[in-house]
Amino acid sequence: MKQLKSQIIKGLEQDLRFDGRKPLDWRKIDVEYGISKNAEGSARVKFGDTEVLAGIKLSIGEPYPDTPDEGALMVEADLSPMSSPEFEAGPPDIKAIELARVVDRGIREAKTIDMKKMCIEKGEKCWLVSIDVVTINDAGNLLDASALAALAALKDTKMPKLEKDVVQYGELTKESLPLNKEPIAVTVLKIGKFFVVDPLVDEENSFDAKLTVTTTDKEICAMQKGGDGTLSIDDIEKMVDIGMEKAKEIRKHLAKKGAK
Amino acid sequence: MAYPKRLDGRKFNETREIEARAGIIKRADGSAMFRIGKTVAYAAVYGPRNLYPKFLQNPREGIIRVNYAMMPFSSKGERVRPGPSRRSKEISMVTEKALLPVLSLEEFPNAVVDVFIQLPQTDAGTRCAGICAASIALADAGIPMKDLVAAVSVGRVDEQVLVDLNYDEEAFDGKVADTPMAVVQRTGELSLLQMDGEIEKDQLIRALKLGQETLKKIFEIQKKALKEKYHMENGGEE
Repeated sequence: MKQLKSQIIKGLEQDLRFDGRKPLDWRKIDVEYGISKNAEGSARVKFGDTEVLAGIKLSIGEPYPDTPDEGALMVEADLSPMSSPEFEAGPPDIKAIELARVVDRGIREAKTIDMKKMCIEKGEKCWLVSIDVVTINDAGNLLDASALAALAALKDTKMPKLEKDVVQYGELTKESLPLNKEPIAVTVLKIGKFFVVDPLVDEENSFDAKLTVTTTDKEICAMQKGGDGTLSIDDIEKMVDIGMEKAKEIRKHLAKKGAK
Repeated sequence: MAYPKRLDGRKFNETREIEARAGIIKRADGSAMFRIGKTVAYAAVYGPRNLYPKFLQNPREGIIRVNYAMMPFSSKGERVRPGPSRRSKEISMVTEKALLPVLSLEEFPNAVVDVFIQLPQTDAGTRCAGICAASIALADAGIPMKDLVAAVSVGRVDEQVLVDLNYDEEAFDGKVADTPMAVVQRTGELSLLQMDGEIEKDQLIRALKLGQETLKKIFEIQKKALKEKYHMENGGEE
């Protein structure tokens, strides 16, 4: 592993990575909407060979006691053993839980969904938005891809018909979810003294510290520091700048759907 | 209620549109996508690899372990809870049995071949689509195999014997039988057979023969998917 890391650093000294990218380049980003017809909304995101699916299911539930006039949101992630030899079948492990929670926080704190509009009857009935992310192939950076897939799936969602408070699955209205700001997660890795975005698996196995910066147009709405190493405030400032800058490129790939 | 014409206009011996691709998941040792109508199955194969805990190991030969799962958003109705259910465990087990007769795992004592099947979108026939995808993925992974396996559902709706029932046909208000079957290519023998509903013996036999005929076409689709992958890897055009 040490050898791998010194190889990566040697490359970075030349401004190069194993797949020929520069440190702050994305791989080819591909966003596809409506990939599962039975979901109320769905999307596939590819970063190079990394592939993630996200789907939205809407149901009727009871609002949480602390937010009686709002709908509810739930994010779950399946780091499917299909997508990597390192993932095992079974209940979500800490890696899957962390991923889901970071995606959740971005969407929740950016107030992506206008939750007041998702309340049907105060304290009694509301819409429950379930976002499920399933990984298909892990070639690195599942987190950023998952956050993007979740957002794209929300943008793809149409409200199902409701009859006497019973959801008529399969009968979608033309109404979209009430969406506001769009959170984009960008994970910046620190390897030696270098910063890298959209990491490959080898890079994810050799970094010192990382910071996931989730931003809307102007503001930061969620962060998560990871890794065994530490970060200086100076590092953090640089990483936030990189996160906001690199998020702009992702926004271009989402814009297509916004026009519909 | 009579069933003179199929709801989606197909002939009684006609499957829905089928699409198959091999090698779609790069991290896996072998993988495939198999779509029949609106039912989509992905399969990924890892192995042969070490099996733990050790007491699961078989010193005579390697074992196959199948994990079948519907994605939470894949179903027509409510969200499917993630994690194993009684249904998914049973399907995983019968899928293992369906694939086992063609595998040669004697060379891999104590090892496991893991097959993961995931469905992003479902419209009946999921275990059959999963078996078709898994069979391609096993071949793609280079697991020693004597043959291919393919599966399709047959059955009856009212007095009609037919192949590849979709969701609406399974839910038909009248006499329905749904019989998923898997067949080993060269012998034509069955490695999976389940049935639920109502069916007379002669209808069943006719249905199974119809399935056998149909699967000949599906074997060709599986082989085409594998050939296309290796053609592309050898620098051929897509």
